[in-house]
Amino acid sequence: MKLLNAATAGTLESGDILIVLDKAPSGKGIEINLKSTVANQFGKRIKQVITETLNKIGVEGVSVDATDKGALDCTIQARVKTAANRAFGITKPTWD
Amino acid sequence: MEKRLRRTMMFVPGNNPSMMCDAHIYGPDSIMFDLEDSVSINEKDAARLLVYHALKTIDYGNVERVVRVNPLNTAYGKLDVQAMVLAGVQVIRMPKTETAEEIVELEEEIERIEKQNNIPVGRTLIMAAIESALGVVNAYKIATASSRMMGIALGAEDYCANLKTHRSRDGAELLLARQTIVVAARAAGIDALDTVFSDLNDMEAFKEDVRFIKQLGFDGKSIINPRQIRPVNEVFTPTAAEIDKAKRIVAALKEAELKGSGVVALNGKMIDKPVVLRAQRVLDFARAVHIVVD
Amino acid sequence: MKNKPSVTSGVNTKIPAEILEKFNMPAYFESWNPRVRPRDHMSRNEMQKNSNKIVSLEQSIIKSGLKDGMTISFHHHFREGDHVVNMVMDKLAKMGFKNLNIAPSSLSNVHAPLIEHIKNGVIKSISTSGLRGKLAEEISHGLMEEPVVFRSHGGRAAAIKEGHVKIDVAFLSASSCDYVGNANGYSRDGEEKSVCGSMGYAIVDSRYADKVVILTDNIVGYPNTPFAIAESNVDYIVKVDEVGDASKISSGATRFTTNPHDLLLAHTAAEAVVNSGYFRDGFSLQTGSGGASLAVTRYIKDYMIAQNIKASYALGGITGQMVALHEEGLIKKLLDVQSFDLVAAQSLKNNRFHHQIAADYYADPFERGSAMNLLDVVILSALECDVDFNVNVLTGSDGVIRGAIGGHPDTAAGAALSVIVCPLIRGRIPCIVEKVNTVVTPGYSVDLIVTDQGIAVNPRRPEIKEKLIAANLPVVDIHELREKAERIVGKPENLPWGDKVVGVVTSRDGAVLDVIYNVENK
Repeated sequence: MKLLNAATAGTLESGDILIVLDKAPSGKGIEINLKSTVANQFGKRIKQVITETLNKIGVEGVSVDATDKGALDCTIQARVKTAANRAFGITKPTWD
Repeated sequence: MEKRLRRTMMFVPGNNPSMMCDAHIYGPDSIMFDLEDSVSINEKDAARLLVYHALKTIDYGNVERVVRVNPLNTAYGKLDVQAMVLAGVQVIRMPKTETAEEIVELEEEIERIEKQNNIPVGRTLIMAAIESALGVVNAYKIATASSRMMGIALGAEDYCANLKTHRSRDGAELLLARQTIVVAARAAGIDALDTVFSDLNDMEAFKEDVRFIKQLGFDGKSIINPRQIRPVNEVFTPTAAEIDKAKRIVAALKEAELKGSGVVALNGKMIDKPVVLRAQRVLDFARAVHIVVD
Repeated sequence: MKNKPSVTSGVNTKIPAEILEKFNMPAYFESWNPRVRPRDHMSRNEMQKNSNKIVSLEQSIIKSGLKDGMTISFHHHFREGDHVVNMVMDKLAKMGFKNLNIAPSSLSNVHAPLIEHIKNGVIKSISTSGLRGKLAEEISHGLMEEPVVFRSHGGRAAAIKEGHVKIDVAFLSASSCDYVGNANGYSRDGEEKSVCGSMGYAIVDSRYADKVVILTDNIVGYPNTPFAIAESNVDYIVKVDEVGDASKISSGATRFTTNPHDLLLAHTAAEAVVNSGYFRDGFSLQTGSGGASLAVTRYIKDYMIAQNIKASYALGGITGQMVALHEEGLIKKLLDVQSFDLVAAQSLKNNRFHHQIAADYYADPFERGSAMNLLDVVILSALECDVDFNVNVLTGSDGVIRGAIGGHPDTAAGAALSVIVCPLIRGRIPCIVEKVNTVVTPGYSVDLIVTDQGIAVNPRRPEIKEKLIAANLPVVDIHELREKAERIVGKPENLPWGDKVVGVVTSRDGAVLDVIYNVENK
């Protein structure tokens, strides 16, 4: 899969997470830059969910800029997948 | 098909994560997640994923989960249906239904996905929103188009536009559509749901509206805000006086049965079968909303 | 008559010396006692204008005898509109004071300038009901060497009365004050620039502080009646341009929330109260000042009308909503320790059934008859609650101080039925947890926790639980609520607490309930 363009999903509304997906400068792995209103309590978990979701789709070599306003795991998964689909031009999504 | 209370069907836009995650705590009977008109074209993909993941993760308790998909002839419809069936939605709502064939097409799509994914065939139910003149004309055909049909609803905004009129306070322009939908639903043995009332500041007018459509025979109302839940439930819940009367009628029925008599009498007056049936329905309803009757 | 030694008094009477000796009093002469002012013939208007109590702020500080290391106090009736705390502290800093202990009844966002005074050594320690905004954040990050001592309103009143908090100088702002020092939170004469209504917290300071300075922007003619603070307790009066920003002291009227979450909480709480067994004619009630707890009155009102039940009194923290219920004949009397909005302040001024009360009358823990002890029901909010029914209203989920104890533990303990309204989660923050970050109100005094997903009843109140279940209300086990919250949001990590104690939370009766550690700055 090739990353066609940087892509965004989500909003800055309470309960949501804004995901900006782009090519990783190093070209490898998954780099996450997270700002969250619940960083102390859930920072680790949010990064974990982002990584697991991207792994499931088989995406890597990306940088993720995430601005979180207290989104639950299901919302994070949805936003990450949406951004990935948009960035990689995936039209036939796999559902888990 | 299991009978359930559908007094309130609360509309939740599919692109609003915080609303989707706690809509159920307000106690609507059903939640309708929307992928269609409340979601802009650019966000159709996002909303589909949000609703999919919400349905797979969140425990909605006893609240019925309904999703309004995009029509199958759009770029989004088939993907919506696939995602929602996989997510385990209970009812798929087809907007702007005009013909029975549209329902059949939807049913085929659903069945294909159920079979492909080892989901019990028939698990996903269908409801149709009737939002045009042709839909009203075909109401009974639509209501009987599939054994999965659980209800038909009226969408007044598009219907009025189609009729080349607009909504008024007393709703005269909706009368035929409302009555047709109730009649069609009853003839088909499914539920009838009325359209939304958008003025959140006029609770009195809202309650008037709900009383009116209950009198017409509707099973429930579409709502757009948790504040509308309690007023609808109040209108639909039998009063203590109604329950009391119903109990006495059912007691009179039991007495007649014990005597082996075919005539049910209360206070010296004969009671017709429809009245007895109505009394039993009142008690069933009361039990369903946890009013102690026995 | 005999030739016993005697003294001729100034009114030409002969007083036997042995009488003077026996009663240890001198014979009378005009002006013998320097404590009594000689008679003056100035007109009373002139006399007022020559009041020697009226001085500049600087003079009042000097004359009060304030020294480094002493304790000063303020009240918080001007809320976010207060100018006086910052004004006085700035002056004290300029005059070179150091190591002062300040004991305001509470502090707000507007008091952020105190950060500089702390850094410069002007302020050594703080005891208060609450901290907010930047000041609270900095203190949470370890700004002060001395931990802040947190007290409830009742706890503070008791500590002052019993001498645990010894106030050397109280700087009390007032909406009106006459030339000799009768001060009040509104006025019947002249135009007040800013009204605050009841001055309940200030009254205690005025009685027990060694020296009392009134700061006002509105000096009126004698007598300024009614008065919260009597002139006999006032040493100096300082005229300032503005005691506060009127628009921020109180809003026009506190509005009911329209947030559907809060309304759901309020409705459920109202149903719980109505079915608790305490909802009888003549019952008494207190609610919090906003959000869900205030909105409960909106729903209880309908039941009061339907069942023809009237309340004997409402206590608080009085808002325009309570006043409205009183004016509709549903609440007989209002006892007001703090007027939250202009409607309440106006009502205090104009209505003889709306009465100003002092903080100790309100909530003294050692006084059997204090007003909160005669409450049937109190409705309170919470930041978080735990499975032992302890409540935290002081520190946020990130460990930072962000609120005030207020009268929370006082009224919870005093009321026959205490009801906490609290959502199960706020965003991704669980509000029903295993252990709260800071215990402010101990679980023994909390009867019901009403969430938007069920009501938990303290095991100490099985009779209430039965009543609520019989009324078909959604009673659930508190542990179920906690588990549900965690299932929805996930398990939070532990907070990055440090080793420094930045806050000490005291119980209303003067013991240490909990300590607050610093949190590392992100």
